[in-house]
Amino acid sequence: MPVFWIVSIVLVLAVAGYVAAKARVLKLAGGDSRRLHSRHVYYGWYGALLVATPALLVLAAWMAAQPVVIDRGIAADLPPSVMREGVNPAIVVQDVRRTATALSQGLREGVLTRTDLADAAAQAETLRPRLTEAGIRLPPAASEPAMLGAGGEYRARQVAGHWAMTGVVLLLAVGGLVLGHRQSQPQTRARNLVERFVKAALITCSSIAILTTAGIVLSMVFESAQFFRQYAWTDFFFGTTWSPRFGGGSQLGILPLLWGTLYISAIALVVAVPIGLFAAIYMSEYASNRVRSFVKPTIEVLAGIPTIVYGLFALMTVGPMLRDWFAQPLGLGSSGSSVMTAGLVMGIMLIPFVSSLSDDIINAVPQSLRDGALGLGSTQSETVRKVVLPAALPGIVGAVLLAASRAIGETMIVVMGAGAAAKMDLNPFEAMTTITVKIVSQLTGDTDFNSAETLVAFALGLSLFVITLILNIVALYVVRKYREQYE
Amino acid sequence: MTDLSASGAARKSSLVTLDDRTRRRNAAERRFRAYGVAAIATAALALAILLVTIVGNGVGAFRQTFVTIPVTLDAQQLDPAGNRDRGEMSGVLTLAYGGLLNQSLRQSIEGAGIEVEGLTDRDIDDLISKDAPAQIRNRVLANPDLVGQTVEVAVLTNGRVDGYYKGRVSLASAANDGNTSPQQLALADALKERGLLATKWNWAFLTNPDASDQRPEAAGVGIAILGSLYMMLVVLFLAVPIGVAASIYLEEFAPKNRLTDVIEVNIANLAAVPSIVFGILGLAAFINFAGLPQSAPIVGGLVLVLMTLPTIIISTRAALKAVPPSIRDAALGVGASRMQTVFHHVLPLALPGILTGTIIGLAQALGETAPLLLIGMVAFVRNFPAAPPEGLFDPASALPVQVYNWTQRADPAFFERASGAIIVLLVLLLCMNLLAIYLRRRFERRW
Repeated sequence: MPVFWIVSIVLVLAVAGYVAAKARVLKLAGGDSRRLHSRHVYYGWYGALLVATPALLVLAAWMAAQPVVIDRGIAADLPPSVMREGVNPAIVVQDVRRTATALSQGLREGVLTRTDLADAAAQAETLRPRLTEAGIRLPPAASEPAMLGAGGEYRARQVAGHWAMTGVVLLLAVGGLVLGHRQSQPQTRARNLVERFVKAALITCSSIAILTTAGIVLSMVFESAQFFRQYAWTDFFFGTTWSPRFGGGSQLGILPLLWGTLYISAIALVVAVPIGLFAAIYMSEYASNRVRSFVKPTIEVLAGIPTIVYGLFALMTVGPMLRDWFAQPLGLGSSGSSVMTAGLVMGIMLIPFVSSLSDDIINAVPQSLRDGALGLGSTQSETVRKVVLPAALPGIVGAVLLAASRAIGETMIVVMGAGAAAKMDLNPFEAMTTITVKIVSQLTGDTDFNSAETLVAFALGLSLFVITLILNIVALYVVRKYREQYE
Repeated sequence: MTDLSASGAARKSSLVTLDDRTRRRNAAERRFRAYGVAAIATAALALAILLVTIVGNGVGAFRQTFVTIPVTLDAQQLDPAGNRDRGEMSGVLTLAYGGLLNQSLRQSIEGAGIEVEGLTDRDIDDLISKDAPAQIRNRVLANPDLVGQTVEVAVLTNGRVDGYYKGRVSLASAANDGNTSPQQLALADALKERGLLATKWNWAFLTNPDASDQRPEAAGVGIAILGSLYMMLVVLFLAVPIGVAASIYLEEFAPKNRLTDVIEVNIANLAAVPSIVFGILGLAAFINFAGLPQSAPIVGGLVLVLMTLPTIIISTRAALKAVPPSIRDAALGVGASRMQTVFHHVLPLALPGILTGTIIGLAQALGETAPLLLIGMVAFVRNFPAAPPEGLFDPASALPVQVYNWTQRADPAFFERASGAIIVLLVLLLCMNLLAIYLRRRFERRW
């Protein structure tokens, strides 16, 4: 029975539980809801929850656990002819799984019968041609009769597990129904029970944020640890060459990538901070409401544009333009993708980020400071430069740090605009590369999760995560500390 | 300003004649203002250039050059058994259809009396897209009765001929190009003169799947749109309930203790984690650990769920916070429980704000690319995924990833396709943002 149907049946039973519990409790109270502890809907909800919750939880847990349990069991039972020394057991089990899938498909399409499957190993010769004729491909490893036998066994256990699961889940649902019926008494504190359940669900949802962080850290720490077992950490953090070679003997130093990342981020900030800051100052200190009402959304449109669009802009417009107008006439290089390209475009992307954060901060400076400065006869620009900006400085520093963390973690613009050559160079019209570009290039395509060349991406990711996390924490701390001063 | 010491030099200053210092200060004031205007103008200019170049490059993708020729679907070749049976006819390869198309094109050229000097057979054969025979074949297989008839079909021309009419290819560049020749372009011009060849609106760009490197003219964003849609469904069904539930707990119920502090700091930090890190998480947790299939919308959707959760939580909390405490007090005062207060009164009042925040979170997720690259969404997918829920596990692409994919190809025709896909993406984002603005204007309430 497909899982969809199991879930549907459980849900139908839950609805039945709702209706039954509500009707029963009303009947017990003689139709007078004042004799009930809670309003009658809560009894209904309680009945429904008793049916659905345990059944669906068990269903989810079972579906997660069954493949693991079967894989383990099959791997332990495999004869030595299949599970040879030196072969990765995971790959053998994968072959078994593919064989089992092919066999079930054969059964579904009527090529095979149940008796064939029960004794797949003995019929090894006849099975393959019959399947091939029906257009079903067996994995090459299934030429071994023992493999076919294991495949049959795998399928048998899958089917048995599935039926057991169906039975247990439906039994639980029916049990819940019975229990709900029993517990539907007027004195049951149904509202409190339901509310306790809802609160537990709310808490579970809010802890997902923690789980995500834990998942991020764990996934990267484990793989990074594996990487550092294969590659010395001193070479990684202090190496000045990046040349991964899948044949072995690669040099994986992070410094050239870090240099590219910081160089591009610096250019981006040089573009974004003055423009964003001046735009924010103009909008909060000078602009009339009418101007503000269309300039602010215009700048915010820049923030809503996905980074891939900026990447394409860098690749198709800014890159060639910089190359033809600056780099080639100045003799500085002939590459369309360069630090300057990526930096400029990333700067444009960061303008709204800087301007909206600074806008908030400048607006938080109390009006009394401005009034005082203006009252002493300073011009508006003097007020801004000598009073408002110094007062807002910590917040602006925080905003710049947040923008820097954005720039360091940005991926698509650098992937499409900065190039792939890992170099430590000062020429801004030279193609260089960043940490994020290398994470993408090491993890896309066919990857082997045992080689240092792939695992290095996790170490890079961890470094990136730590750098941006520190920047964010410092920035949030600075911003928060500053806000408290005037509140 | 008034000078009590009355020394000579400062006397000159008055409200009518400004002294040097005042003039300097006023000039500085004007300069400062100009900087502000210049900054805003730069930002606006950058936005304008960005949009104009992308749209300018991309509109071409919505138009495509077709050549219209009558094709005789020869029964002998296409259905040797003569049963008009789909199963038997699917045995006939696209090669046979290609032959028919070439033959028909040659007849049309002769019939129209076109003569181009130095035109080779290859030039004629290559005028038609390599994807055209497969399209005719699908059409015939869908309707076997067409066999034996002569039908008027509009077939795609090859990408270079199409580029010629969009200004990407010139006669000079064609001379050095292995995929086309000046003679072929001259032939195309002659066909155009006689009304057989035309550049028309191309719906197929929105519905076709991706095509291989050699066939930019046939590539479309159909699968990418579908994949993005599936991922948005996953985000909608998981991120929104979870995010709203988490916000309700944190805003309305959470006691002030260590645990809630940790959760709050966590959410603030998650919102600023680089998106590629979420891709690494997806790869490690969903693909390597949980064994979900690569390039499946479910995995992409889950990664995007984790990414958008902080956005949704932050905006939902702001919306809940905006509901005045008097509402809660009133509900509690007439005997509602805290849970009833929240679900019957606070939540409905906060709903417009929550919706707006959710749509903006979805829009962000729709444009996200980097994490999807890591979970294998860059794969070349030709087959449409099935309907959900099974389709969520089938390989698919996504709009932004499709853009990236096309920019990595050699043929410049794919750049036009990439810009076209960006237009589709931007239009979708625009619609979502307009919807958010509309909802805010329509339902927002101020107390």
